[in-house]
Amino acid sequence: MTDTLRLTAEEAMGLVERGEVSPAELHAAYHAAIGERDGELHAYLRTVEDTGGIPIAFKDVVSTRGVETTAGSKILSGYTPVFDATVAARCRDAGMSLLGKTNMDEFAMGSSTENSGFGPTHNPWDPERVPGGSSGGSAAAVAAGLAPWALGSDTGGSVKQPAALCGIVGLRPTYGTVSRYGIVAFASSLDQIGPMTKTVRDNALLYRAIAGRDANDTTTVELPEPVQIPEAEDLKGVRVGVPRELNEAEGIERGVKEGVDRTIELCRELGAEVGETSLPRSVEYGLACYYLVAPAEASSNLARYDGVRYGLRVDGANVREMYEKTRDAGFGDEPKRRIMLGAYALSAGYYEAYYGQAQKVRTVIAQEHAAAFESFDVLVSPTSPTVAFKLGEKAENPLAMYLSDVLTIPSNMAGLPGLSIPCGLSDGLPVGFQLIGPQFSENLLFRAGHALERAIGFDVVPERLR
Amino acid sequence: MNWEPVIGLEIHIHLKTRTKMFCRCQVTYSEPENTRTCPVCLAFPGSLPVPNERAVEWTIKLGLALECRIAEHAVFHRKNYFYPDNPKGYQISQYDEPLCVDGRLVVPGEAGDTEVGIVRAHLEEDAAKNVHLGTAEGRIAGASATLVDFNRAGTPLVEIVTQPDLHSAEGARRFLQLLRQTVVELGISDAEMEKGSLRFDVNVSVRPEGSDELRTRTELKNLNSFAFAARAIEREVERQIAIYESGGEVEQETLHFDPGKESAPPLRSKEEAQDYRYFPEPDLVPIEPPAEMVEHARGELPELPGARIRRLAADLDHAIALDLVTSGRDALYERVPGDRRAVANVLMNQFAASGVDPAAVDAEELAKLIEARSRIPRDRFLEALTKSGDPGFSADAYLGDGLVADTSELEPIVDRILEANPGQVESYRGGKEGLLGFFVGQVMRETQGKADPKVVNELLRSKLASR
Repeated sequence: MTDTLRLTAEEAMGLVERGEVSPAELHAAYHAAIGERDGELHAYLRTVEDTGGIPIAFKDVVSTRGVETTAGSKILSGYTPVFDATVAARCRDAGMSLLGKTNMDEFAMGSSTENSGFGPTHNPWDPERVPGGSSGGSAAAVAAGLAPWALGSDTGGSVKQPAALCGIVGLRPTYGTVSRYGIVAFASSLDQIGPMTKTVRDNALLYRAIAGRDANDTTTVELPEPVQIPEAEDLKGVRVGVPRELNEAEGIERGVKEGVDRTIELCRELGAEVGETSLPRSVEYGLACYYLVAPAEASSNLARYDGVRYGLRVDGANVREMYEKTRDAGFGDEPKRRIMLGAYALSAGYYEAYYGQAQKVRTVIAQEHAAAFESFDVLVSPTSPTVAFKLGEKAENPLAMYLSDVLTIPSNMAGLPGLSIPCGLSDGLPVGFQLIGPQFSENLLFRAGHALERAIGFDVVPERLR
Repeated sequence: MNWEPVIGLEIHIHLKTRTKMFCRCQVTYSEPENTRTCPVCLAFPGSLPVPNERAVEWTIKLGLALECRIAEHAVFHRKNYFYPDNPKGYQISQYDEPLCVDGRLVVPGEAGDTEVGIVRAHLEEDAAKNVHLGTAEGRIAGASATLVDFNRAGTPLVEIVTQPDLHSAEGARRFLQLLRQTVVELGISDAEMEKGSLRFDVNVSVRPEGSDELRTRTELKNLNSFAFAARAIEREVERQIAIYESGGEVEQETLHFDPGKESAPPLRSKEEAQDYRYFPEPDLVPIEPPAEMVEHARGELPELPGARIRRLAADLDHAIALDLVTSGRDALYERVPGDRRAVANVLMNQFAASGVDPAAVDAEELAKLIEARSRIPRDRFLEALTKSGDPGFSADAYLGDGLVADTSELEPIVDRILEANPGQVESYRGGKEGLLGFFVGQVMRETQGKADPKVVNELLRSKLASR
């Protein structure tokens, strides 16, 4: 049976193309690995028998026709979509078939996958630690060889941060390049589906399969240029900016800082021009701004879970009571917290001061990034200020948890693409290196990420599984 | 003190697009419940709205007909509230950046034009329909269960809000008639109240005549016809005047009428200040109608009903000009030659009752009928009208021998002659029935021989018998 631990998606496709392995055999191998290792990790919420193509795992935020889709929430228990998300359909069209749906923070709200309504996921590098979140299930599945690749979703850093904490590659694409049709919404103006893979080339391959305009999502656009699968091994001609605030932020662990500094040095060695830059307001206000915009949109997006048409219903004496009981029983603490925050930020008399102001700040953040890109092609920083933390360590302190995304949020607010690649270990745990580019610069991010990946030579198989 | 009513209207019309506002489901009024639905209008997780371009175009067309400014940048907003007929928990509507603003509709009237300001016309989606079970009238009070029919959910809806520029129930009725006709002629809506494709709410307050203050208003909902609305407005105006005259204060409230029972007193509810937490719909990009498109639409506007009423009123009473236009019979009126008043009267009375499609009528033949109507027996004339839309219809068969057979014309003459000859009448009734010939002769002389003798005979017999 094929060993799935090291197998990249590109290699798996090669095996199938050359007739060495059938898709069904590949699926069998991954199901065996899941049987062996997922009891401990809980990366999957459910697996399916769909063996016609190259296996892939979807975060449970992706609607899959005929396969239960819960977004990690009890309120959607038993909900089975009658339609496929556009990304699911595109993956199938590209010759993939579903292994299963991965665990996540409820409605993608969280940075550790501990907020799942169905129990947490554990980090394959150290099961006492979180895989990051909210796409922690997808990240853990790829890192542990339980899927060759997977889709995650990223609102404030939910692809990049778990990719960093699990030592894999994660892309948050430019807003508007990947369809959100069929993606259980958290914050519509920020949500993007992104590939989570073992290599940068796999990432580009999966991005190529899912990106491009979708008539069902009017916020999508056609890509300005086709996706290129990277081959370059140097960074000649690439201007790399190091934003001071993103690299010196309070709370960045020393081991993380060291790993990132080494990688910046490597950029220079690969031929890049490296210089310092600054994003003062983006970093100072990004998090606050995000925690107004995202909860505001979420408070509205989550209103449809009312017990009337699908999912959980707890009966009451009248419709109002039914709503209250259903939503009280169905939502966990984090969605409740964000619904309250968001409803408050949108309410009459507060709108201008909160939501309205946050949208203005968002414009400032976008302008600040645009200014930095006048001098640089990519901006780099740690993806997460810390390596994977222990389960329970931040669970009781929402603010500490929110700070996990302090470095990914600013560029997300500006709608920009970001790639996280593993750049080494700190105390035996992976460190993520974030590359941020201007809108539609995915090809450049892949090129730079690929060159660095080759030079770093990071072993994506967790030490304890080797 | 004299009091002036102050009336504003909020009108909702369904656009008759083939598909819904944000999905490709068919717009329907008659299909079985929940058979025209999809993930979008059922608000399944992850579904996204895609605006119906035709609906946007048609709203712009309406905005132009109402002399509105068409926004260069219009935004859909989410209006958030919980209700079972509101599947997403928010309605996609428009808020502070609607498609059409600052327009007017001029309603011609006997005493001159009334200009009614249009605050805005915006595009939104209709809700689903709640069906309450367990009560005879299908009302919510006492219902044992509520089911939801999502066929209507997402039907394109234009909301038109007027300035409080109307000052009488009759004025409000005329405005609504004219607006309805405008919408129908633009081809964008059936605007049928019975079907629910036209609905409106009325805001009513009163103030001392000559003042320009705006006093507390009440909102009248569920009015199911223009005539009923006019009566309800009158009653509400009287009620408010009575309150002020007895030293009281009008309370801000909503009056919910029972569409099934006009006579039932409306249910009253306090107007709750509901916070809809409006914010720009992040799933949709703003609408930016290209200037060429707007100008093209402007160029394609037909002559509107308001202008036609004004034109027709040069020859007719305002009331009948308005009726002709708002009934859609003015095009036929303009095609039929002959005495203007006579043509208008026949069209709005006997012809209207015939139910014939005005577009199917041969105007020349109808003109002959109308011209000869006094010489055709009444029931023959009505019969002719019901056939006037038939292919190949000819008036000749009804024109007869040229004799006056219309009893309404002959009756006064007969009466006059009977009155002038009391002695002969007495003798006739005494048994000298041979005198009938005398009376017939008198009538024939009076009408210079044009009266139909058969009709005259019948008239005389019945009159002489009944005295």
